[in-house]
Amino acid sequence: MRTGVVVFPGTWSDRDCGHALGDVLDQPVDYVDYREQNLKGLDLVVLPGGFSYGDYLRCGAIARFTPVMEAVTAFAAQGGLVLGICNGFQILQEARLLPGALLKNASCEFRCEWVHLRVEQSNSAFTVDCRPGQVLRIPISHGEGNFFADPSALERLEQESRVVFRYCTQDGQSAPDANPNGSLHNIAGISNVRGNVLGMMPHPERACEALLGGDDGLLILQSAIHAWSRVPA
Amino acid sequence: MTGDQLSTTTPELGVRRAQLDSVALADEEYREIVRALGREPNDLELGMFGALWSEHCSYKTSKALLRQLPTEGPNVLQGPGENAGAVDIGDGLAAVFKIESHNHPSAIEPYQGAATGVGGILRDVFAMGARPIAILDVLRFGPLDRDRNRHLFQGVVAGIGGYGNCFGCPTVGGEVYFDPAYTDNPIVNAMCVGLVSHEGLRRARADRAGDVVLLVGADTGRDGIQGATFASVEMDERSASRRPAVQVGNPFLEKLLCEACLVLNELEGVTATQDLGAAGLTSAASELAYRGRRGIDLEVDRVSRREHGMSAYEVMLSESQERMLVVVRPAAEAAARDVFEHFELHADRIGTITGSGRIRVREGGAVVGDMPLKALVDGVPSRSPAVEFADKHPSPPMPSIAEPEAILLDLLASPNLKSRRPIYRTYDHQVQDNTVIGPGFDAALLRVPGTNKGLALTTDGNPWYVALDPYDGTRAAVAEAARNIACTGARPLAVTNCLNFGNPDRPSIFAQLQESVRGLADACRAFELPVVSGNVSLYNETSERNILPTPVIGMVGLLDDLSKRCPAGFQEDGDLVFLLGETRDELAGSQYLQLLGARLKGRPPSVSLEMERRLQSALLDSIAAGVVRSAHDVSDGGLLIALAESALFGRRGLKCPNVTGAMSREAFFFGESLGRVIVSIAPRQVPDLQRLMVHHQIPIHAMGVVGGENFQVGSDVRVPLDTLRQAWETAF
Repeated sequence: MRTGVVVFPGTWSDRDCGHALGDVLDQPVDYVDYREQNLKGLDLVVLPGGFSYGDYLRCGAIARFTPVMEAVTAFAAQGGLVLGICNGFQILQEARLLPGALLKNASCEFRCEWVHLRVEQSNSAFTVDCRPGQVLRIPISHGEGNFFADPSALERLEQESRVVFRYCTQDGQSAPDANPNGSLHNIAGISNVRGNVLGMMPHPERACEALLGGDDGLLILQSAIHAWSRVPA
Repeated sequence: MTGDQLSTTTPELGVRRAQLDSVALADEEYREIVRALGREPNDLELGMFGALWSEHCSYKTSKALLRQLPTEGPNVLQGPGENAGAVDIGDGLAAVFKIESHNHPSAIEPYQGAATGVGGILRDVFAMGARPIAILDVLRFGPLDRDRNRHLFQGVVAGIGGYGNCFGCPTVGGEVYFDPAYTDNPIVNAMCVGLVSHEGLRRARADRAGDVVLLVGADTGRDGIQGATFASVEMDERSASRRPAVQVGNPFLEKLLCEACLVLNELEGVTATQDLGAAGLTSAASELAYRGRRGIDLEVDRVSRREHGMSAYEVMLSESQERMLVVVRPAAEAAARDVFEHFELHADRIGTITGSGRIRVREGGAVVGDMPLKALVDGVPSRSPAVEFADKHPSPPMPSIAEPEAILLDLLASPNLKSRRPIYRTYDHQVQDNTVIGPGFDAALLRVPGTNKGLALTTDGNPWYVALDPYDGTRAAVAEAARNIACTGARPLAVTNCLNFGNPDRPSIFAQLQESVRGLADACRAFELPVVSGNVSLYNETSERNILPTPVIGMVGLLDDLSKRCPAGFQEDGDLVFLLGETRDELAGSQYLQLLGARLKGRPPSVSLEMERRLQSALLDSIAAGVVRSAHDVSDGGLLIALAESALFGRRGLKCPNVTGAMSREAFFFGESLGRVIVSIAPRQVPDLQRLMVHHQIPIHAMGVVGGENFQVGSDVRVPLDTLRQAWETAF
């Protein structure tokens, strides 16, 4: 599986994603400049975390106008795998590839800490290796991760089982005190209808080595590899 | 100052008194400038001299003292005098690091003051060609029950997070203490550590005439003009009006600038890169050229500006952030410009390196400033203010306690000891995927990417010990920093330091500085630790109240094999807990006495560097041999606090049924004798631990057994772990 990690001005998880996919999982990784218009040859596109354009104006609002996002939109429409992490999730929403918005954390503070996520469904390309109900331990690092969608959009997300991850307690309860940012329905990650585009606030690329505190993030990246290998070329 | 004084001139000096005051130069310094120039300086030149001869830039009050510091060693690749120091960590790699203060700006505008403090130290590191991999912050505030202090605290913490998080460098450590002496005058020191290959290590030395000088990064605005001067005088109620002297940060731009500089570093024909910090273009240009024993010609018209109508004075003294000077061979200019263009950054060709030994500033074709660099950079006369040593008082009798359990809980909940998690969880401490041990423990531990090595990082400086005895207190800070590094299993490598003191024109304050530097030098010699970089911040005086003397030690250590790392929390139920080192009847300067509201008096804990070295060798040997499962330094708050922390870190209870010392219960539980570490080990390892401690002649004291739901020490203390955690996690 060939991965393209998109680098916007201000992106900083690009090298971490490259490390997780390239060094830990031994997959070929290309860094893709935000001015790039061609994603040929790529199987997975990662929009990594960071502060694209300094998060000025609104997180992701400027990045979504870069040439590469047109290419990402076309790539997603063709069924290519797209993973938006943190700022990447925000960009996917701004680009209308995923619904809803990510508001300022309810605490009004940036939060960097390990949280627990409950896997809600294993149909998305990024959870095929997980069991529904499985609890993953993965860090968050954001100031604006408070998921919001209007009631009808939220209902649709739930009905179509597109909520992929929910913040939960260690034993899998999606309780209010397990919610680090005020997200509606404890939502931490959602997919598009087809399941090939995932946006999530937590950082799976930071949870790929026991040395760094845990490797549950591997399940998400490996899921993508397995989902891809099942798709006939 | 009255209007009358403003208009008065001192005929003998030929310059308006107010002008000298505004650049904080003394009369004799002005005469020295006239001698060096052979004429009176014009306004621009006076402003430039004022900035470079400020305490902040010139170290005129401290430089004679700083010569005592050991700066050399087999690992040192770059000592003081560059943007940052550098040490060899093997594998062809260098760790580049420095700590710097941003106290004065933070006192006026806490968010931007702290943010640009982080920005400045990041630039110092990437100017050396290194990728920044970690930030640590040393903070001191007045008590948070005063709203001004709370405003400063919240602003500073938000500013550090705001800058570091956006930039993408993890904030992995630091410390924060509270004391009334820091009311209105917070301490904000930021340390940055970076990594670079030996060949990639770059110096800010323009040693080739004819080279092209590019100013890259942000446009130049009117912010921060005379910031260096402002940082070199005491503050008072008028200081708020100096807000324009505080700069405004743009971490997004800094991120681009960093990536661009790291790409630039790979090019042929790049001579030097120099960060624009205090005194802006004046300092950067002068130091670059002076270090290379060359001269520099600048054309201010070519500097991209943020606002119209800026004078040469404003351009030369602006402290606008996120700017860098880059010196390249003429043949490399086009390639360098391409790099900056790729990152959508300006690169203005603003001058050339000359062989003149002078800095010449042109505006509109005319020379508006022309000064010999030697005088400007290195000509300020050293000052040696009067000293007056404080009497050393014996320690007062100690109050005895009836309820050690209540004291323990109160101490755990006290501002200086409670969990720092509410602070550090607002900082991204994981980005870059190298954080093995994050904030909240003895030292942070980062993986060196591409290797199995770890870098241990810490900052330390207990200001109360220094206040009681500047010499011993500073030696204690070095000893504690080294002990924190050793607790992770890493070997201390080198030191950076930030000396925060009050107004040195007061003899008692200058005596503190003098004694502190002597202690720093002696301790670093004893530990064979070179001091490779540092910073001095004086005049931390607000409305005639001086801060506690606050020397801060930043230390870097190396762990050769990350699999041998040692955590601070208890690991397994049934493990046995031992205290290594000797406990003495010492309480002065302790958190315990502060809690009781006792006056700061007496002798600080005694320092034996020889014993400390033995303890640390013993600890490192035990960790390397796999004997020890956890190690935690006993420091602020004393033994009970250290035990409680190891229990809290490891989420495991502790049973110590029969522990007593040969001294008062107060000193045993809450005294802060130096040179002690708590370790936990598997029961079968006891003979090995005993053997190692006998070998190093370190006293060993059995404490108890890990496990259970309670924290139990002796017959007096029995607290459920949850209660302990509640106290410790009290909000700020």
